[in-house]
Amino acid sequence: MSDPTHESGYDDHTHSDMGHVASKRVLLGTWGTLMVLTIVTVTASRVDFGASELNLLIAMVIAVIKATLVCLFFMHLKYDKLFHSVVFVSAILLATLFVSFALMDSNQYQTDVYWQQKDYQPTSDVDKSYPVLQPY
Amino acid sequence: MSSAAHDEGAHAGHGHAESPFIQHHFDDGAHQFESGKLGIWLFLGQEVLFFSALFVAYIIYRHNHPEIFEYAHRYLDVRLGAINTGVLILSSLSAAWAVRAAQLNQRRALIFCLAVTLLCAFGFLGIKYVEYAAKIHHHTLFGKRFAPHEAPDGTEIEQPDGNPGKDAKGQPTAKEPLNTVGGVKAQPIEGSKGPPPGTAPVVPGDPSASKEEPASAQAGVGVLPAIEAQKAAGAKIDTESSARPPPNTGMFFTIYFLMTGLHGLHVLAGVFVFIWLLWRAAKGHFGPKYYGPIDFAALYWHLVDLIWIFLFPLLYLIA
Repeated sequence: MSDPTHESGYDDHTHSDMGHVASKRVLLGTWGTLMVLTIVTVTASRVDFGASELNLLIAMVIAVIKATLVCLFFMHLKYDKLFHSVVFVSAILLATLFVSFALMDSNQYQTDVYWQQKDYQPTSDVDKSYPVLQPY
Repeated sequence: MSSAAHDEGAHAGHGHAESPFIQHHFDDGAHQFESGKLGIWLFLGQEVLFFSALFVAYIIYRHNHPEIFEYAHRYLDVRLGAINTGVLILSSLSAAWAVRAAQLNQRRALIFCLAVTLLCAFGFLGIKYVEYAAKIHHHTLFGKRFAPHEAPDGTEIEQPDGNPGKDAKGQPTAKEPLNTVGGVKAQPIEGSKGPPPGTAPVVPGDPSASKEEPASAQAGVGVLPAIEAQKAAGAKIDTESSARPPPNTGMFFTIYFLMTGLHGLHVLAGVFVFIWLLWRAAKGHFGPKYYGPIDFAALYWHLVDLIWIFLFPLLYLIA
Protein backbone atom coordinates (compact mmCIF):
# COMPACT_ATOMS: atom_id res chain seq x y z
CA MET A 1 0.00 0.00 0.00
CA SER A 2 1.45 3.30 -0.98
CA ASP A 3 1.29 6.43 1.06
CA PRO A 4 -1.79 8.49 0.12
CA THR A 5 0.33 11.60 -0.25
CA HIS A 6 2.33 9.69 -2.79
CA GLU A 7 -0.74 8.96 -4.92
CA SER A 8 -0.40 12.05 -7.06
CA GLY A 9 3.24 11.38 -7.69
CA TYR A 10 3.18 8.35 -9.96
CA ASP A 11 6.41 8.14 -11.80
CA ASP A 12 7.46 6.31 -14.86
CA HIS A 13 7.66 2.83 -13.42
CA THR A 14 4.00 2.75 -12.33
CA HIS A 15 2.96 0.85 -15.41
CA SER A 16 4.69 -2.23 -14.17
CA ASP A 17 2.71 -1.82 -10.92
CA MET A 18 -0.59 -1.53 -12.68
CA GLY A 19 -1.18 -5.22 -12.55
CA HIS A 20 0.41 -8.58 -12.20
CA VAL A 21 0.10 -10.69 -15.33
CA ALA A 22 -0.92 -14.20 -14.35
CA SER A 23 1.07 -16.91 -16.07
CA LYS A 24 -0.66 -19.54 -18.17
CA ARG A 25 0.64 -22.24 -15.90
CA VAL A 26 -0.90 -20.67 -12.79
CA LEU A 27 -4.25 -20.09 -14.52
CA LEU A 28 -4.50 -23.59 -15.94
CA GLY A 29 -3.19 -25.16 -12.73
CA THR A 30 -5.79 -23.34 -10.65
CA TRP A 31 -8.53 -24.37 -13.05
CA GLY A 32 -7.41 -28.01 -13.04
CA THR A 33 -7.25 -28.11 -9.24
CA LEU A 34 -10.73 -26.59 -9.00
CA MET A 35 -12.15 -29.20 -11.37
CA VAL A 36 -10.47 -32.04 -9.48
CA LEU A 37 -11.77 -30.71 -6.16
CA THR A 38 -15.29 -30.49 -7.63
CA ILE A 39 -15.11 -34.18 -8.54
CA VAL A 40 -13.68 -34.97 -5.09
CA THR A 41 -16.49 -33.16 -3.30
CA VAL A 42 -19.18 -34.92 -5.35
CA THR A 43 -17.54 -38.29 -4.70
CA ALA A 44 -17.06 -37.58 -0.99
CA SER A 45 -20.74 -36.69 -0.64
CA ARG A 46 -21.62 -40.26 -1.65
CA VAL A 47 -19.34 -41.88 0.91
CA ASP A 48 -20.75 -42.67 4.31
CA PHE A 49 -18.26 -41.39 6.85
CA GLY A 50 -20.44 -42.49 9.75
CA ALA A 51 -21.92 -39.12 10.56
CA SER A 52 -23.56 -36.62 8.27
CA GLU A 53 -21.76 -33.86 10.16
CA LEU A 54 -18.49 -35.32 8.92
CA ASN A 55 -19.72 -35.19 5.33
CA LEU A 56 -20.74 -31.58 5.83
CA LEU A 57 -17.34 -30.78 7.34
CA ILE A 58 -15.47 -32.39 4.44
CA ALA A 59 -17.65 -30.62 1.86
CA MET A 60 -17.06 -27.27 3.56
CA VAL A 61 -13.31 -27.80 3.88
CA ILE A 62 -13.13 -28.53 0.15
CA ALA A 63 -15.30 -25.50 -0.62
CA VAL A 64 -13.02 -23.27 1.47
CA ILE A 65 -9.94 -24.63 -0.33
CA LYS A 66 -11.59 -23.95 -3.69
CA ALA A 67 -12.61 -20.45 -2.60
CA THR A 68 -9.07 -19.73 -1.41
CA LEU A 69 -7.63 -20.85 -4.76
CA VAL A 70 -10.04 -18.61 -6.65
CA CYS A 71 -9.21 -15.64 -4.40
CA LEU A 72 -5.45 -16.09 -4.51
CA PHE A 73 -4.93 -16.81 -8.20
CA PHE A 74 -7.99 -15.89 -10.26
CA MET A 75 -8.64 -12.78 -8.19
CA HIS A 76 -4.92 -11.99 -7.96
CA LEU A 77 -5.01 -11.44 -4.20
CA LYS A 78 -1.67 -13.20 -3.84
CA TYR A 79 -0.02 -10.52 -5.98
CA ASP A 80 -2.31 -7.64 -5.14
CA LYS A 81 -2.15 -4.93 -2.52
CA LEU A 82 -2.58 -6.30 0.99
CA PHE A 83 -5.34 -3.78 1.59
CA HIS A 84 -7.66 -5.48 -0.93
CA SER A 85 -7.29 -8.72 1.00
CA VAL A 86 -7.99 -6.85 4.22
CA VAL A 87 -11.23 -5.46 2.77
CA PHE A 88 -12.39 -8.85 1.56
CA VAL A 89 -11.40 -10.82 4.65
CA SER A 90 -13.06 -8.27 6.94
CA ALA A 91 -16.29 -8.70 5.01
CA ILE A 92 -16.06 -12.46 5.55
CA LEU A 93 -15.32 -11.95 9.26
CA LEU A 94 -18.32 -9.66 9.59
CA ALA A 95 -20.47 -12.27 7.86
CA THR A 96 -19.18 -14.86 10.35
CA LEU A 97 -20.09 -12.54 13.20
CA PHE A 98 -23.55 -12.15 11.71
CA VAL A 99 -24.02 -15.92 11.49
CA SER A 100 -22.72 -16.51 15.02
CA PHE A 101 -24.98 -13.94 16.63
CA ALA A 102 -27.98 -15.19 14.69
CA LEU A 103 -27.27 -18.75 15.81
CA MET A 104 -27.07 -17.85 19.50
CA ASP A 105 -30.84 -17.84 19.99
CA SER A 106 -31.94 -19.95 17.07
CA ASN A 107 -33.49 -22.63 19.31
CA GLN A 108 -35.76 -19.91 20.66
CA TYR A 109 -37.94 -20.19 17.60
CA GLN A 110 -38.37 -23.94 17.46
CA THR A 111 -42.03 -23.74 18.41
CA ASP A 112 -42.74 -21.12 15.80
CA VAL A 113 -42.60 -23.84 13.20
CA TYR A 114 -45.65 -25.48 14.70
CA TRP A 115 -47.86 -22.58 15.56
CA GLN A 116 -48.91 -22.27 11.98
CA GLN A 117 -50.43 -25.71 12.13
CA LYS A 118 -53.98 -26.14 13.21
CA ASP A 119 -54.81 -27.75 16.51
CA TYR A 120 -51.37 -27.06 17.89
CA GLN A 121 -51.09 -28.20 21.50
CA PRO A 122 -47.87 -27.60 23.39
CA THR A 123 -46.60 -30.85 24.84
CA SER A 124 -43.18 -30.34 26.33
CA ASP A 125 -42.55 -28.00 29.24
CA VAL A 126 -40.43 -25.80 27.01
CA ASP A 127 -43.24 -25.51 24.50
CA LYS A 128 -45.72 -24.64 27.25
CA SER A 129 -43.57 -21.77 28.40
CA TYR A 130 -44.26 -19.96 25.14
CA PRO A 131 -47.58 -18.42 24.24
CA VAL A 132 -49.43 -20.22 21.49
CA LEU A 133 -49.40 -17.83 18.61
CA GLN A 134 -52.26 -17.63 16.20
CA PRO A 135 -51.74 -17.89 12.47
CA TYR A 136 -51.63 -14.62 10.68
CA MET B 1 5.09 9.32 -18.06
CA SER B 2 2.86 11.40 -20.25
CA SER B 3 5.54 11.72 -22.85
CA ALA B 4 5.96 7.98 -22.99
CA ALA B 5 2.19 7.58 -23.19
CA HIS B 6 2.03 9.83 -26.20
CA ASP B 7 4.32 7.46 -28.02
CA GLU B 8 2.56 4.29 -26.98
CA GLY B 9 -1.09 5.23 -26.65
CA ALA B 10 -3.18 4.46 -29.69
CA HIS B 11 -5.50 7.32 -28.81
CA ALA B 12 -2.87 9.88 -28.02
CA GLY B 13 -4.30 12.17 -30.63
CA HIS B 14 -7.52 12.59 -28.67
CA GLY B 15 -5.91 15.10 -26.44
CA HIS B 16 -5.43 12.87 -23.39
CA ALA B 17 -2.15 11.80 -22.00
CA GLU B 18 -2.74 8.06 -22.20
CA SER B 19 -6.14 6.97 -23.33
CA PRO B 20 -9.46 8.64 -24.01
CA PHE B 21 -10.93 6.60 -21.16
CA ILE B 22 -8.95 8.23 -18.37
CA GLN B 23 -11.32 10.55 -16.54
CA HIS B 24 -10.04 14.06 -16.03
CA HIS B 25 -10.30 13.85 -12.21
CA PHE B 26 -7.62 11.15 -12.12
CA ASP B 27 -3.94 11.90 -12.42
CA ASP B 28 -3.31 9.10 -14.85
CA GLY B 29 -4.30 5.58 -15.84
CA ALA B 30 -2.71 3.95 -12.83
CA HIS B 31 -4.52 6.32 -10.47
CA GLN B 32 -7.85 5.55 -12.13
CA PHE B 33 -7.12 1.82 -12.09
CA GLU B 34 -6.22 1.78 -8.38
CA SER B 35 -9.33 3.76 -7.49
CA GLY B 36 -11.55 1.43 -9.48
CA LYS B 37 -9.90 -1.60 -7.98
CA LEU B 38 -10.51 -0.41 -4.43
CA GLY B 39 -14.09 0.34 -5.41
CA ILE B 40 -14.74 -3.12 -6.81
CA TRP B 41 -13.21 -4.77 -3.73
CA LEU B 42 -15.46 -2.74 -1.45
CA PHE B 43 -18.39 -3.77 -3.64
CA LEU B 44 -17.38 -7.44 -3.36
CA GLY B 45 -17.20 -7.08 0.42
CA GLN B 46 -20.71 -5.72 0.34
CA GLU B 47 -21.80 -8.67 -1.83
CA VAL B 48 -20.43 -11.12 0.75
CA LEU B 49 -22.52 -9.44 3.44
CA PHE B 50 -25.52 -9.29 1.10
CA PHE B 51 -25.44 -13.05 0.54
CA SER B 52 -24.61 -13.78 4.18
CA ALA B 53 -28.21 -13.00 5.16
CA LEU B 54 -29.39 -15.94 3.07
CA PHE B 55 -26.63 -18.14 4.45
CA VAL B 56 -27.87 -17.26 7.94
CA ALA B 57 -31.36 -18.40 6.95
CA TYR B 58 -29.89 -21.60 5.57
CA ILE B 59 -27.71 -22.35 8.60
CA ILE B 60 -30.42 -21.69 11.17
CA TYR B 61 -33.03 -23.68 9.33
CA ARG B 62 -30.71 -26.59 8.70
CA HIS B 63 -29.53 -26.48 12.32
CA ASN B 64 -33.10 -26.70 13.57
CA HIS B 65 -34.51 -29.03 10.93
CA PRO B 66 -31.85 -31.26 9.44
CA GLU B 67 -34.51 -33.81 8.46
CA ILE B 68 -36.00 -31.41 5.92
CA PHE B 69 -32.67 -30.89 4.20
CA GLU B 70 -31.81 -34.57 4.22
CA TYR B 71 -35.14 -35.38 2.62
CA ALA B 72 -35.56 -32.54 0.18
CA HIS B 73 -32.08 -32.24 -1.28
CA ARG B 74 -32.68 -35.48 -3.15
CA TYR B 75 -35.19 -33.68 -5.33
CA LEU B 76 -32.21 -31.81 -6.79
CA ASP B 77 -30.19 -33.21 -9.66
CA VAL B 78 -26.57 -33.52 -8.53
CA ARG B 79 -25.45 -34.15 -12.11
CA LEU B 80 -26.86 -30.84 -13.36
CA GLY B 81 -25.47 -29.04 -10.31
CA ALA B 82 -22.01 -30.50 -10.89
CA ILE B 83 -22.10 -29.60 -14.59
CA ASN B 84 -23.04 -26.06 -13.65
CA THR B 85 -20.15 -25.94 -11.21
CA GLY B 86 -17.79 -26.96 -14.01
CA VAL B 87 -19.33 -24.41 -16.35
CA LEU B 88 -18.82 -21.61 -13.83
CA ILE B 89 -15.24 -22.65 -13.07
CA LEU B 90 -14.47 -22.68 -16.80
CA SER B 91 -15.98 -19.22 -17.14
CA SER B 92 -13.85 -18.04 -14.21
CA LEU B 93 -10.77 -19.33 -16.01
CA SER B 94 -11.71 -17.52 -19.21
CA ALA B 95 -12.48 -14.33 -17.26
CA ALA B 96 -9.06 -14.48 -15.58
CA TRP B 97 -7.49 -15.18 -18.97
CA ALA B 98 -9.30 -12.20 -20.46
CA VAL B 99 -7.51 -9.96 -17.94
CA ARG B 100 -4.20 -11.50 -18.97
CA ALA B 101 -4.98 -11.01 -22.66
CA ALA B 102 -5.86 -7.35 -22.10
CA GLN B 103 -2.68 -6.80 -20.10
CA LEU B 104 -0.64 -8.31 -22.90
CA ASN B 105 -2.56 -6.45 -25.61
CA GLN B 106 -3.80 -9.66 -27.23
CA ARG B 107 -7.02 -8.36 -28.68
CA ARG B 108 -8.23 -11.54 -30.37
CA ALA B 109 -7.51 -13.63 -27.27
CA LEU B 110 -9.37 -11.05 -25.20
CA ILE B 111 -12.44 -11.25 -27.42
CA PHE B 112 -12.29 -15.05 -27.42
CA CYS B 113 -12.05 -15.21 -23.61
CA LEU B 114 -14.90 -12.77 -23.13
CA ALA B 115 -17.03 -14.76 -25.58
CA VAL B 116 -16.29 -18.02 -23.72
CA THR B 117 -17.23 -16.37 -20.43
CA LEU B 118 -20.46 -15.12 -21.94
CA LEU B 119 -21.30 -18.52 -23.42
CA CYS B 120 -20.66 -20.19 -20.06
CA ALA B 121 -22.96 -17.66 -18.39
CA PHE B 122 -25.69 -18.54 -20.89
CA GLY B 123 -24.99 -22.23 -20.36
CA PHE B 124 -25.31 -21.84 -16.61
CA LEU B 125 -28.61 -20.00 -16.93
CA GLY B 126 -29.86 -22.56 -19.45
CA ILE B 127 -29.16 -25.47 -17.10
CA LYS B 128 -30.72 -23.49 -14.27
CA TYR B 129 -33.79 -23.03 -16.45
CA VAL B 130 -34.04 -26.81 -16.97
CA GLU B 131 -33.83 -27.32 -13.21
CA TYR B 132 -36.38 -24.65 -12.37
CA ALA B 133 -38.77 -25.94 -15.04
CA ALA B 134 -38.63 -29.44 -13.57
CA LYS B 135 -39.37 -28.06 -10.13
CA ILE B 136 -42.33 -26.08 -11.36
CA HIS B 137 -43.60 -29.18 -13.18
CA HIS B 138 -43.31 -31.40 -10.10
CA HIS B 139 -44.55 -28.76 -7.65
CA THR B 140 -41.37 -28.93 -5.63
CA LEU B 141 -41.74 -25.26 -4.95
CA PHE B 142 -41.32 -22.87 -2.08
CA GLY B 143 -43.36 -22.64 1.10
CA LYS B 144 -47.04 -23.45 0.73
CA ARG B 145 -46.61 -24.26 -2.94
CA PHE B 146 -44.64 -27.38 -2.10
CA ALA B 147 -47.01 -30.13 -3.21
CA PRO B 148 -45.12 -32.87 -5.04
CA HIS B 149 -46.86 -36.06 -6.08
CA GLU B 150 -43.68 -38.05 -5.83
CA ALA B 151 -40.96 -38.64 -3.31
CA PRO B 152 -37.41 -37.93 -4.51
CA ASP B 153 -36.93 -41.54 -5.58
CA GLY B 154 -40.05 -41.49 -7.74
CA THR B 155 -42.44 -43.35 -5.48
CA GLU B 156 -45.83 -41.83 -4.96
CA ILE B 157 -46.21 -39.99 -1.72
CA GLU B 158 -48.57 -41.79 0.59
CA GLN B 159 -50.41 -40.42 3.53
CA PRO B 160 -49.86 -42.05 6.91
CA ASP B 161 -52.32 -44.81 7.71
CA GLY B 162 -55.47 -43.83 9.54
CA ASN B 163 -55.36 -40.26 8.40
CA PRO B 164 -58.95 -39.34 7.60
CA GLY B 165 -57.76 -36.80 5.09
CA LYS B 166 -56.15 -39.44 2.96
CA ASP B 167 -56.15 -38.87 -0.73
CA ALA B 168 -55.15 -41.36 -3.37
CA LYS B 169 -52.75 -39.10 -5.21
CA GLY B 170 -51.10 -37.55 -2.21
CA GLN B 171 -52.80 -34.25 -2.72
CA PRO B 172 -52.64 -31.99 0.30
CA THR B 173 -55.52 -32.52 2.65
CA ALA B 174 -56.81 -31.03 5.84
CA LYS B 175 -54.58 -32.97 8.18
CA GLU B 176 -51.54 -32.61 5.99
CA PRO B 177 -49.31 -30.36 8.06
CA LEU B 178 -46.97 -30.11 5.12
CA ASN B 179 -48.61 -27.34 3.22
CA THR B 180 -51.78 -26.50 5.03
CA VAL B 181 -51.64 -23.24 6.84
CA GLY B 182 -54.57 -21.92 8.78
CA GLY B 183 -56.96 -24.20 6.96
CA VAL B 184 -56.00 -22.88 3.55
CA LYS B 185 -55.25 -25.70 1.20
CA ALA B 186 -52.34 -25.25 -1.11
CA GLN B 187 -53.62 -25.18 -4.65
CA PRO B 188 -51.69 -26.89 -7.38
CA ILE B 189 -50.57 -24.53 -10.08
CA GLU B 190 -52.64 -24.46 -13.25
CA GLY B 191 -51.85 -27.12 -15.75
CA SER B 192 -50.84 -29.62 -13.12
CA LYS B 193 -51.36 -33.30 -13.68
CA GLY B 194 -52.99 -33.72 -10.31
CA PRO B 195 -56.42 -35.31 -10.12
CA PRO B 196 -59.37 -32.95 -10.31
CA PRO B 197 -60.70 -32.05 -6.87
CA GLY B 198 -63.83 -34.11 -7.46
CA THR B 199 -61.91 -37.39 -7.39
CA ALA B 200 -60.66 -36.87 -3.87
CA PRO B 201 -62.74 -38.05 -0.91
CA VAL B 202 -64.23 -34.67 -0.41
CA VAL B 203 -65.90 -34.57 2.95
CA PRO B 204 -63.28 -35.91 5.35
CA GLY B 205 -60.49 -34.12 3.58
CA ASP B 206 -62.16 -30.78 3.15
CA PRO B 207 -60.23 -28.24 5.21
CA SER B 208 -63.28 -26.06 5.70
CA ALA B 209 -65.20 -28.94 7.25
CA SER B 210 -62.46 -30.07 9.57
CA LYS B 211 -63.39 -27.91 12.51
CA GLU B 212 -66.77 -29.50 13.12
CA GLU B 213 -65.65 -32.99 12.30
CA PRO B 214 -65.01 -35.41 15.15
CA ALA B 215 -62.56 -37.45 13.10
CA SER B 216 -60.35 -34.46 12.56
CA ALA B 217 -60.45 -33.54 16.22
CA GLN B 218 -59.15 -36.94 17.03
CA ALA B 219 -56.55 -36.60 14.34
CA GLY B 220 -55.67 -33.13 15.52
CA VAL B 221 -54.58 -34.44 18.87
CA GLY B 222 -52.29 -36.74 17.02
CA VAL B 223 -50.68 -34.11 14.87
CA LEU B 224 -48.09 -32.74 17.19
CA PRO B 225 -46.90 -36.02 18.69
CA ALA B 226 -46.66 -37.30 15.15
CA ILE B 227 -44.48 -34.38 14.23
CA GLU B 228 -42.37 -34.84 17.32
CA ALA B 229 -41.95 -38.51 16.59
CA GLN B 230 -41.04 -37.71 13.03
CA LYS B 231 -38.55 -35.15 14.18
CA ALA B 232 -37.03 -37.47 16.74
CA ALA B 233 -36.70 -40.29 14.27
CA GLY B 234 -36.62 -37.90 11.35
CA ALA B 235 -33.86 -39.38 9.28
CA LYS B 236 -35.02 -42.92 9.85
CA ILE B 237 -38.68 -42.53 9.09
CA ASP B 238 -38.81 -40.01 6.35
CA THR B 239 -35.52 -39.69 4.65
CA GLU B 240 -34.84 -43.37 4.26
CA SER B 241 -38.22 -44.80 3.46
CA SER B 242 -38.98 -41.56 1.58
CA ALA B 243 -42.62 -42.28 2.25
CA ARG B 244 -43.69 -38.71 2.65
CA PRO B 245 -41.95 -35.40 3.22
CA PRO B 246 -41.37 -34.16 6.75
CA PRO B 247 -43.47 -31.17 7.79
CA ASN B 248 -42.54 -27.84 6.25
CA THR B 249 -40.35 -29.38 3.58
CA GLY B 250 -41.34 -26.44 1.42
CA MET B 251 -38.92 -24.34 3.50
CA PHE B 252 -36.02 -26.11 1.83
CA PHE B 253 -37.25 -24.92 -1.52
CA THR B 254 -37.92 -21.43 -0.19
CA ILE B 255 -34.26 -21.26 0.75
CA TYR B 256 -33.19 -23.03 -2.45
CA PHE B 257 -35.05 -20.64 -4.72
CA LEU B 258 -33.95 -17.55 -2.82
CA MET B 259 -30.27 -18.52 -2.81
CA THR B 260 -30.03 -19.85 -6.35
CA GLY B 261 -32.36 -17.10 -7.56
CA LEU B 262 -30.25 -14.31 -6.13
CA HIS B 263 -27.15 -16.02 -7.49
CA GLY B 264 -28.85 -16.41 -10.86
CA LEU B 265 -29.67 -12.69 -10.91
CA HIS B 266 -25.96 -12.03 -10.40
CA VAL B 267 -25.14 -14.30 -13.33
CA LEU B 268 -27.71 -12.43 -15.41
CA ALA B 269 -26.14 -9.09 -14.44
CA GLY B 270 -22.77 -10.56 -15.44
CA VAL B 271 -24.19 -11.44 -18.87
CA PHE B 272 -25.01 -7.79 -19.53
CA VAL B 273 -21.60 -6.67 -18.26
CA PHE B 274 -19.79 -9.13 -20.50
CA ILE B 275 -21.87 -8.18 -23.55
CA TRP B 276 -20.84 -4.58 -22.92
CA LEU B 277 -17.19 -5.58 -22.50
CA LEU B 278 -17.28 -7.70 -25.64
CA TRP B 279 -18.61 -4.75 -27.60
CA ARG B 280 -15.90 -2.47 -26.24
CA ALA B 281 -13.19 -5.07 -26.77
CA ALA B 282 -14.28 -5.42 -30.39
CA LYS B 283 -13.84 -1.67 -30.78
CA GLY B 284 -10.33 -2.04 -29.42
CA HIS B 285 -10.77 -0.01 -26.28
CA PHE B 286 -8.69 -2.21 -24.02
CA GLY B 287 -4.95 -2.60 -23.76
CA PRO B 288 -2.13 -2.74 -21.24
CA LYS B 289 -2.78 0.87 -20.23
CA TYR B 290 -6.50 0.56 -19.90
CA TYR B 291 -8.05 -2.72 -18.83
CA GLY B 292 -9.79 -1.73 -15.59
CA PRO B 293 -13.31 -2.71 -16.71
CA ILE B 294 -12.09 -6.19 -17.72
CA ASP B 295 -10.31 -6.67 -14.41
CA PHE B 296 -13.24 -5.44 -12.31
CA ALA B 297 -15.83 -7.48 -14.20
CA ALA B 298 -13.59 -10.55 -13.84
CA LEU B 299 -13.34 -9.95 -10.08
CA TYR B 300 -17.13 -9.70 -9.87
CA TRP B 301 -17.44 -12.86 -11.93
CA HIS B 302 -15.05 -14.73 -9.64
CA LEU B 303 -17.20 -13.75 -6.66
CA VAL B 304 -20.27 -15.15 -8.40
CA ASP B 305 -18.25 -18.33 -8.90
CA LEU B 306 -17.18 -18.29 -5.23
CA ILE B 307 -20.77 -18.15 -4.04
CA TRP B 308 -21.72 -21.05 -6.26
CA ILE B 309 -18.76 -23.02 -4.87
CA PHE B 310 -20.54 -22.85 -1.49
CA LEU B 311 -24.10 -23.17 -2.77
CA PHE B 312 -23.41 -26.38 -4.67
CA PRO B 313 -22.35 -28.59 -1.72
CA LEU B 314 -24.78 -26.90 0.67
CA LEU B 315 -27.85 -27.49 -1.50
CA TYR B 316 -27.05 -30.47 -3.72
CA LEU B 317 -24.58 -32.59 -1.73
CA ILE B 318 -26.25 -33.10 1.61
CA ALA B 319 -25.31 -36.54 2.85
